[in-house]
Amino acid sequence: MMRVSTDVFVVGAGGAGMYAAIAAAREGADVIVADKSLISRGGATIMAQMTVASAVGHEEPDHWTHHLADTIEAGHGLCNEELSAILCEESVTRIHEMDEWKVGWARVEGRMTQVHAPGHGLKRCVYVDYLNTGPAVARALRGEVAQRSGIRRASGLAVIEIIVQNGEAVGAVAIDVESGETVLVEAGAIVLAAGGLTKLYKRNSASINMGGEAYAMALRAGAELIDMEFVQFFPIGHLAPRMVGMDPIMWDPFRYKVGGRLLNGNFEEFIHNYGASDGGNYTARRDVASYAIYKEVEEGRGSPHGGVWLSFDHIDPKVMQEKFGPMIGRLAKNGIDLQKSAVEVSPIAHYHMGGIRVDTEMKTRIPGLYAAGEAVGGANGATRLSGNAIPEAFVFGERAGKFGAAFAKGRSRAPLDEKSATIVLSEPKSQLKKGAAPDGSATALMTELQALMWEKVGLFRTGEKLEQALARIREMQSDDLRNITIPDDAPFNQALLDWYELRAGLLCAESVTLAAINRTESRGAHQREDIPDASPEFERNQTIGLSGDQLVTGWADVPRISYTLEEKQAAVI
Amino acid sequence: MSDDLKTTLNVYRGAAGEEAHYDQFDVPHEEGASVLDALVWVRENVDASLAFRYSCVSANACKECMILVDGKVNYACTAKLSTGTVTVEPLAKKKLIRDLVTDIVPPKERLGSVDAE
Ligand SMILES: Cc1cc2nc3c(=O)[nH]c(=O)nc-3n(C[C@H](O)[C@H](O)[C@H](O)COP(=O)(O)OP(=O)(O)OC[C@H]3O[C@@H](n4cnc5c(N)ncnc54)[C@H](O)[C@@H]3O)c2cc1C
Ligand code: FES
Repeated sequence: MMRVSTDVFVVGAGGAGMYAAIAAAREGADVIVADKSLISRGGATIMAQMTVASAVGHEEPDHWTHHLADTIEAGHGLCNEELSAILCEESVTRIHEMDEWKVGWARVEGRMTQVHAPGHGLKRCVYVDYLNTGPAVARALRGEVAQRSGIRRASGLAVIEIIVQNGEAVGAVAIDVESGETVLVEAGAIVLAAGGLTKLYKRNSASINMGGEAYAMALRAGAELIDMEFVQFFPIGHLAPRMVGMDPIMWDPFRYKVGGRLLNGNFEEFIHNYGASDGGNYTARRDVASYAIYKEVEEGRGSPHGGVWLSFDHIDPKVMQEKFGPMIGRLAKNGIDLQKSAVEVSPIAHYHMGGIRVDTEMKTRIPGLYAAGEAVGGANGATRLSGNAIPEAFVFGERAGKFGAAFAKGRSRAPLDEKSATIVLSEPKSQLKKGAAPDGSATALMTELQALMWEKVGLFRTGEKLEQALARIREMQSDDLRNITIPDDAPFNQALLDWYELRAGLLCAESVTLAAINRTESRGAHQREDIPDASPEFERNQTIGLSGDQLVTGWADVPRISYTLEEKQAAVI
Repeated sequence: MSDDLKTTLNVYRGAAGEEAHYDQFDVPHEEGASVLDALVWVRENVDASLAFRYSCVSANACKECMILVDGKVNYACTAKLSTGTVTVEPLAKKKLIRDLVTDIVPPKERLGSVDAE
């Protein structure tokens, strides 16, 4: 067993985790930032290709209070407005700081270029060309992290559990993926920045490391989650043919810029049957598009892979070339020629609004335990405004690192007993078998869970489907999970990590499902076919925590602030 | 998916210091599938102990999935899966960990190495 000790231990090295590490190091703390994949590469951050919302006011006069107003409106009454305000205000500082760190925001004549994205009142979203926002962000932060002597980086360290003693978080148990060795981490403060849970859905835009482990670790440590029923689905994610090297959500700008026709499996337009006029420019609202696609597929009028067609063959090739230049070539590499054939699209799980419940210092209810990034719930309420997730990672990451460091400073660290690690890792020990042929695999069960979540806890829910899902999820927890054989093959025993990931994924799935059952209304991203309207009594946040091994839910008033829209200002450069 | 279309994956197996061998897996072949899709299929359906590295699945962003496909360096996620036999092996110039996993972690991103400094 390897032991390490640090002031601040950051779990996950995406945008939020790397920012937390930098901020903690700036406070003089020593830091370990760990990722089960490689630093900066494993999660959503490096995959993002689009935009980052920030009221820097370079394109047109703007002020963060206007960004806040748009965020709160998108949140359908559930935004934790204290967190939303911090997100919008500090996004401006962080975007400038990233600029100093040479992220390379697109510019014209010294001013950052800002584009209009759905839901924003004006041109507010910065980006890095061409469709390179996430990789550029990852590279800039990776460079900053590497430069700071106070930060130790740990690629290939899978964190399994937070250790809590006397009600406080004091460390973590991890597995070094390559060697299989157990690592016991003593820490003055821990920041959970291990991302979201969209991998739990069959159709998703996720990496393989986005199975909700941050949420499960938080729950098991005694922290609370909030608003877990709110999973954001993106209406026209890529479905087929198989396409690589491109963001699965990239059809949206195509549709907005030139208009793409949505056709069902019989090559008929259908959006107008759902009360929307798609007109000449095919810009039906996202929720209407999602619903219409879902219904066409359900009624047997889907495309071959279970989505609908998105067609551009009515657009002049010159216009396509002009608007999308290099993208056309990248599509050609995938054998896709939009002039000749349509692609299949479907709603896909894309982002999680719910997450770990924190205060404005990113503190959970467990002293010493902080959270940041997509792992945090509340700032985006019942739906997220586009471009708000990357600033959320920066802003909350910075705060978690800073406040975590301050907490760690004032705290003495007692050495941890190795037994705490042994106990944590004892669970699947009896299921490990040398060279055994797999008796059902964790990945096969994950695939089943993804299908279950997609079909029964997906875009359009009913009480009946949710109850069925809950029953099967609980059975998988008590039964299937305990009965699979895990090949005992070090080094790099991915199958063992899959088991822990499945355990975490099931706990998250149970949380989402239970929360969705309790919210007997439709609001934002939570749509109940059996109860289509929003009801004022549900304008509350739903909390969820573990008591023993039972999930316990509750309701809390939405934190509100009063603010006035400031006069817009153009930034002086 | 059509029944007669399939690929035989010929896969390097073994950890550093062990004698290596090759395992053959018949995988279904779907239009446009990548070599990574086939490896994932094997782990899920036939042999969960097969080791390979990847994160982003299809964005080609993480760059973790580099292996040898029929002797050439390639990303498993962008290499199209052909029919017939496809041989996959670990990168020859990197230290082997196990199966298709090699040591691609930057030296200063290792907890052990950094602690020892
Ligand atoms: C394809 C795609 C496109 C997107 N486009 C945009 C966009 O244009 N604009 C926008 O604002 N947002 C976008 N988003 C959302 C945004 O990218 C994410 O919300 C944000 O990057 C999350 O950052 P994070 O640091 O919280 O998490 P991540 O970047 O996901 O990082 C979490 C890290 O934790 C690691 N990890 C997980 N579990 C463990 C564990 N047990 N132990 C150790 N490490 C662990 C993972 O490997 C990962 O590296 C997009 C998301 C996707 C998937
Ligand atoms: S899986 Fe990420 S680049 Fe291949």
